[in-house]
Amino acid sequence: MTVGRFATIEDIRAALKSKTTSAVELARERLDRIAASDLNSFVTVCEEDALAAAGEADKRIACQGQTGLVGVPIAHKDVFCTAGVRTTCASRMLSEFVPPYDATVVTKLRDSGAIMLGKTNMDEFAMGSSNENSYFGPVSNPWDATRVPGGSSGGSAAAVAAGLVPAATATDTGGSIRQPAALCGISGLKPTYGRVSRYGMVAFASSLDQGGPMARSAEDLRLLLQHMEGHDPLDSTSADVGPTPHETDGTGLRIGIPREYFAATVDDAAAILERLGHGRLEISLPHTAYATAAYYVVASAEASTNLSRYDGVRFGHRAESPVDLDDLYARSRSEGFGAEVKRRILTGTYALSIGYYDAYYRKAQRLRRLVRQDFLDAFETVDLILAPSTPSTAFEKGALVAPDETKDPTVMYAQDVYTVPASLAGLPALSIPCGIVDGLPVGMQIIAPHFGEDRLLSLAESFQRETDWHQRTPAVHGTNARASDTSGGRYSMEGRRGSAGSGGGAQRMQSAGPAMGRS
Amino acid sequence: MSDWESVIGLEAHVQLKTRTKIFSGAPTAFGAPPNTQACAVDLALPGVLPVLNGEAVRMAIVFGLAVEGDIAERCRFDRKSYFYPDLPKGYQISQLDEPIVTGGHLDIENEDGSTKRIRLTRAHLEEDAGKSLHEDYQGKTGIDLNRAGTPLLEVVSEPELASPEEAGRYFRTLHTLVRTLGICDGNLNEGSMRCDANISVRQRGSTELGERTEIKNLNSFRFLDKALAFEIERQIDVLESGGRVERQTLLYDAERDETRPMRGKELSDDYRYFPDPDLLPVMVTESMLDEARATLPELPTAKRRRYVEELGLTDYDARWLTVDPDTATYFDAAAAASGQPKAAANWVMGDVAAAVRREEAAWTRVPVPAAQLGKLIKRIEDGSISGKIAKSLFQTLWNDGGDVDELIGSRGLKQVSDSDEIAAIVRRVIDANPAQVEQVRSGKTRVLGFLVGQAMKASGGKANPRRVSELLQEALSGDAS
Amino acid sequence: MDADLIDKLMRLAALRLEAQERELLKDNLQKIVHLIDTMQSADTDAVEPLDHPLDGVQPLRPDRVSEVVDRNRFQETAPEVRDGLYLVPRVVE
Repeated sequence: MTVGRFATIEDIRAALKSKTTSAVELARERLDRIAASDLNSFVTVCEEDALAAAGEADKRIACQGQTGLVGVPIAHKDVFCTAGVRTTCASRMLSEFVPPYDATVVTKLRDSGAIMLGKTNMDEFAMGSSNENSYFGPVSNPWDATRVPGGSSGGSAAAVAAGLVPAATATDTGGSIRQPAALCGISGLKPTYGRVSRYGMVAFASSLDQGGPMARSAEDLRLLLQHMEGHDPLDSTSADVGPTPHETDGTGLRIGIPREYFAATVDDAAAILERLGHGRLEISLPHTAYATAAYYVVASAEASTNLSRYDGVRFGHRAESPVDLDDLYARSRSEGFGAEVKRRILTGTYALSIGYYDAYYRKAQRLRRLVRQDFLDAFETVDLILAPSTPSTAFEKGALVAPDETKDPTVMYAQDVYTVPASLAGLPALSIPCGIVDGLPVGMQIIAPHFGEDRLLSLAESFQRETDWHQRTPAVHGTNARASDTSGGRYSMEGRRGSAGSGGGAQRMQSAGPAMGRS
Repeated sequence: MSDWESVIGLEAHVQLKTRTKIFSGAPTAFGAPPNTQACAVDLALPGVLPVLNGEAVRMAIVFGLAVEGDIAERCRFDRKSYFYPDLPKGYQISQLDEPIVTGGHLDIENEDGSTKRIRLTRAHLEEDAGKSLHEDYQGKTGIDLNRAGTPLLEVVSEPELASPEEAGRYFRTLHTLVRTLGICDGNLNEGSMRCDANISVRQRGSTELGERTEIKNLNSFRFLDKALAFEIERQIDVLESGGRVERQTLLYDAERDETRPMRGKELSDDYRYFPDPDLLPVMVTESMLDEARATLPELPTAKRRRYVEELGLTDYDARWLTVDPDTATYFDAAAAASGQPKAAANWVMGDVAAAVRREEAAWTRVPVPAAQLGKLIKRIEDGSISGKIAKSLFQTLWNDGGDVDELIGSRGLKQVSDSDEIAAIVRRVIDANPAQVEQVRSGKTRVLGFLVGQAMKASGGKANPRRVSELLQEALSGDAS
Repeated sequence: MDADLIDKLMRLAALRLEAQERELLKDNLQKIVHLIDTMQSADTDAVEPLDHPLDGVQPLRPDRVSEVVDRNRFQETAPEVRDGLYLVPRVVE
């Protein structure tokens, strides 16, 4: 017998433990679903390797029983290097790149027994909030195929939301885990900067990038984090803090709600938390209005140099018959990178160049300190911060990105308005489902002090014990609806508490304008 | 010509003698096949990250202490961006605003023995680039990244060098210092030390600096000298013919002995420096400083002073022995083993140096260990062997090795000082040379030397010459009475 | 964002675009600059720049060889190699 399409890792572990299914059976079934899916959430599927690894896992389970993540099928965002398996970053530049090494996260998850089924689609070099900037084409949102899954970890989010895998790795630079998690109705955790090694994770913005898990529950996030985190001597910025403890009982916490965020969408969630015995306080994060601008300067500046290594000399795309060195560089790079990547490279180059450095790069880093200080001050009086994850539910494909690139790119940047402040400050933050508006999921964001993942997860776990938004699933399209049977009932189930939506039925919850403070 | 004076500053790139790269665990050995010492980090493959080599930091601290510079409690690495195929990341990791060492000085010695203090602006850590090989690969350039990531200490002087000769002395002084400190192997022909020179000329007596040019990548004492001489003359010619010196970056073409503007390489009008987000600030702790202080060897200047003041060597000998730290190390050991510093100096500068030159040996691997040389000197001093025997014994030791005392014993080289034995020889010599004996007796004492020589010959060189002389004189005067 | 600045940025970033793509990009960059210029109204004179979200210290690695270089493996994905060298169009120094 099989486990449900939308089974959590805990469900799967139980099934493997009780031998109601095998790792091979699970892998086979998920691989079939991936093959049948038309979401375009995978760039590469590793069928043979996955089945071989699942066979090994079954042997291990037979001898030692199921431990850790043994036999659990997962997917990796295609930003993590996998030895011998193409790692593209959804870019033409790396479309044929096969790394000779594994990312530390990949090694750790393999060591824990997880089975990698494949590599998920994403915005090119993790730059984007809709997964429309992919050399391999856009990803569809499982809740509505005409809409985007969010980005940049759109493939991972869609794959988990559609039940193709129970969990996937992802990365978050300015919201790339939290925003797609929210738009796809799943749980996603961006750990504290430095908690998870960046080694082997193709760099976008080094001082912001952080790997983390996406899954169907906060409980699963905790389990995955345990197998991803840890100090890594190969990453100078990796924190030597020991494993995330599991000791917070998650009661009686003081929850701050920032006045600068449009928090109406999390009102219902806040009410639930109050009912659970937590305090609710209004707080102020006064420099929020500058966060998006500062983020785009810092991230682009770092990216502009991180992407200089793609020059067509040692690996990656190389232009045909270059006439000279300049031609080799300019054509290889211009052909290899998509429009958004070029925009960020040029923005970063601008922000770092003579005459602009102080006004942009240095200014942004000063604002970064102020943004971080806002949080540090707030955490003097509250334990956690509750905020929306995104300014809207999933939007239509093509709404913010046009094939001819004629849309204003900064409208897309506003998608990150609620997620970039915690990124700039290096804080751990997660997004979990807290409602459905017009058939589309809504996410809420919880932000904790540095290395406060335990507290963060405890609150999310207690919220998910009280609600079932995280168990809501999209109607399954395609040929493989069989496995959705077990959750069919849940899909129509109302939350135990009322809808967290704004009530007006508007798909766009709120425009980002006021919160961003843009004139 | 005499109306002009030149102002020169040097930026020396000193390759640090670490086992591994500054930001990766790949080896730094010279001469490996292309790209066999370039790991994923050195190749800048996607996703890899730099981790700083603590030994490179220690060496920079040692240098900072030696030149009496300020060692920053906190320093930082920056990215310097430009595209070039031997620069895999498209940026070099260097230090711009917060170098590890600021200030300090090097004292150079002029021809007349006076010293001139050259102030240092700074010394900072950075990574070396790879090599571009322009030999013909069907009209293409080959890139070898073995050198990429080798740690460099860039030592920047103030523009206080007044001539190519001074610049050369400065570079040599630096060369001796970094080798003494053990932080660089000093092999110029392997590129272990290169320098860029900034040059300007001005009317003698003027206090303003003229427009300067920069000559890149000078990798020998000779090229430094020739390039500077050429460039100074070129600038003077330009100015004297009413032109203006253009600020530019030049390369020295050794084949044509001229400088010419550089194209492309490493050149950008905007390097977009900013703090490298992959690396955190480096904190130099008190214990790191203490540790470096403890390993700080005796510096060349102090060593020279000690040789003169404590060992009683002449200034010339002291300077000769301290130019190369390995020579000094050998000398120190020989002097200690012999207890005769002056004799040791004579040997090191004489027979040992001659053999080292002749056999092209390294001072670190002289076949006659300093301890054996010390023993040899001792045996001369205590009268066990003669100087002449010692010289031939040194050759034996050089060629075949062995122990001084054992060789003296086994080959019967021990000097004969026994009075009876010598007296017998003296008797024979007197009997065999009546004419000379007569001459000595009639007052031609110079002939005594001939008789001593005959006695030495008869003894196979082993007789103690002093004793021979004494007994001869005794015998001759005794005969007369 | 005038043409000269765009030219300079393209050169520094080693990018080359067709005229139409360039115009579009110029327009895009203008909008991005408008966004990032919202920073200018903040008073940050007394604020130290923050380079890293955590106040960490650089760890130092022991000077031990830890990398085994497998050149063939590294060069499998290289566009053009000969005799172990990466090849590029001829460079004039």
